[in-house]
Amino acid sequence: MYEQIRRNRRASWLLMGVVVAILTGLGYVIGLAWTGSNGGGLGFLGLFGVAAIVWSVIGYYSGGRMVLAVSGARRISHAEEPQLWNVVEEMTIAGGLGQPPAVYVIDDPATNAFATGRDPAHSSIAVTRGLLDKLNRDELQGVIAHETAHVRNYDIRFATLIGILVGLIALIADFFLRSRWSGFGGRRSGDGGGGAGVIIMVVAVVFALLAPLAASIVQFTISRRRELLADATAVELTRNPLGLAGALQKIAADPAKLRTGNRATAHLFIVNPLRKVREAAGLFDTHPPIQMRIDLLLAMAHGEAAANAGAAGGDPHTAA
Amino acid sequence: MVAVIVIIGVLVLLGIVFAVLYNRLVGRRNQVDNAWSQIDVQLKRRYDLIPNLVETVKDYMQYEQETLTKVTEARAAAMQAGQAGPQAQAKAENMLTDTLKSLFAVVENYPDLKANQNVLSLQEELTATENKIAFARQFYNDSVLTYNNAIQMLPTNIIAGMFNFTGRQFFDAPEAETVVPKVDLR
Repeated sequence: MYEQIRRNRRASWLLMGVVVAILTGLGYVIGLAWTGSNGGGLGFLGLFGVAAIVWSVIGYYSGGRMVLAVSGARRISHAEEPQLWNVVEEMTIAGGLGQPPAVYVIDDPATNAFATGRDPAHSSIAVTRGLLDKLNRDELQGVIAHETAHVRNYDIRFATLIGILVGLIALIADFFLRSRWSGFGGRRSGDGGGGAGVIIMVVAVVFALLAPLAASIVQFTISRRRELLADATAVELTRNPLGLAGALQKIAADPAKLRTGNRATAHLFIVNPLRKVREAAGLFDTHPPIQMRIDLLLAMAHGEAAANAGAAGGDPHTAA
Repeated sequence: MVAVIVIIGVLVLLGIVFAVLYNRLVGRRNQVDNAWSQIDVQLKRRYDLIPNLVETVKDYMQYEQETLTKVTEARAAAMQAGQAGPQAQAKAENMLTDTLKSLFAVVENYPDLKANQNVLSLQEELTATENKIAFARQFYNDSVLTYNNAIQMLPTNIIAGMFNFTGRQFFDAPEAETVVPKVDLR
């Protein structure tokens, strides 16, 4: 369990580094092709960076409320949903969060849940009515633990950051390609010294065409990694992998579609609300396949059982 | 001249690293202390809930006075045991947990009581409190682990040694004798 947490964290930071590398590479190559100097390359990077950061900060602060409104979530109190409230408080204590997230219910028969908020002090967790009806206390605890894990790992902030970078890459590439065709940048490369200038320009164009796609793929990979990290952290919180495994099994078996699910918010849910019945592992999936997640959790449970039997001096394979 | 600047730069850098690591140790130690007091908060919550529960079920369960008395006595004992130190308190708390389990096992025999809304919501609250106590202890142990690691591992162990940061002990719940709740059908 700790090993999984470490690996997923490391992987997501490495992938973030890849995105940053794509971004800097793109900015530099374009600037170089355009102005023929290093300073130009870095200058352009800075300009676009400022613009994107301003635009994203606005989204960062108001994003949480928008998502809750779009999903039709209703804030609840302890008296209205005592069990849900208690489970959220339990996970708050297990995670050392300090204060529990705001709790919302979505009146929809589908089984799903999501968490939002830039840091633990400003976070919210929402679950659907279907989830409350179908899961038992242990399974509900597993789902809430997964959402609390997202909050504790600052996943929403992480995803926003990646989103900024990927958006920036798309913006720069787009700007460059448009200006290139309109001849704005083309003129400069003429006096760049013949062959070298053309080669750089070609490289820049290829980069600009491929970079947004590559960045997007990396973004989806990061999203899948953070989901697995949240699963492992959830087990760290509850010390009970079977709760979450059972919940995922029930969610996978439930065909009801979330009425308010859409592409913009799909990545925030515990299970992709837009999924088709039979899942394959895809490059453009925000979530790993449910069966893979269940298998990993069951492996954790088995490993725990084996370790306990071993500690008691018994052979793990013959212990009950 | 350059050498002097470099040396000053290195010293400043070391100073910053030093401060950061020291603060991290202090933060971790404070988290351990905070986690410990959180356990107490949850224990006190349970003390407050129990009299309510006993009152609610008392009239329905005239034949279960023994079980009810055991719960009340265990609660009183646990509140006293606080003075005798953490080990004694933990033992008393576990006894209290066992008496509560017996009580809920007995409640299963009374269909009226089982369906009673007050009893159900009290049952949920007590379950939640038991869980919160367990999670508070778990978080305390997690905090102790992080803190002890920091004290023992490089580079923070150097600073820990300089300022006498001492390791903390894990919370080890003493196993109360496993008493199977006896359901008396009198």
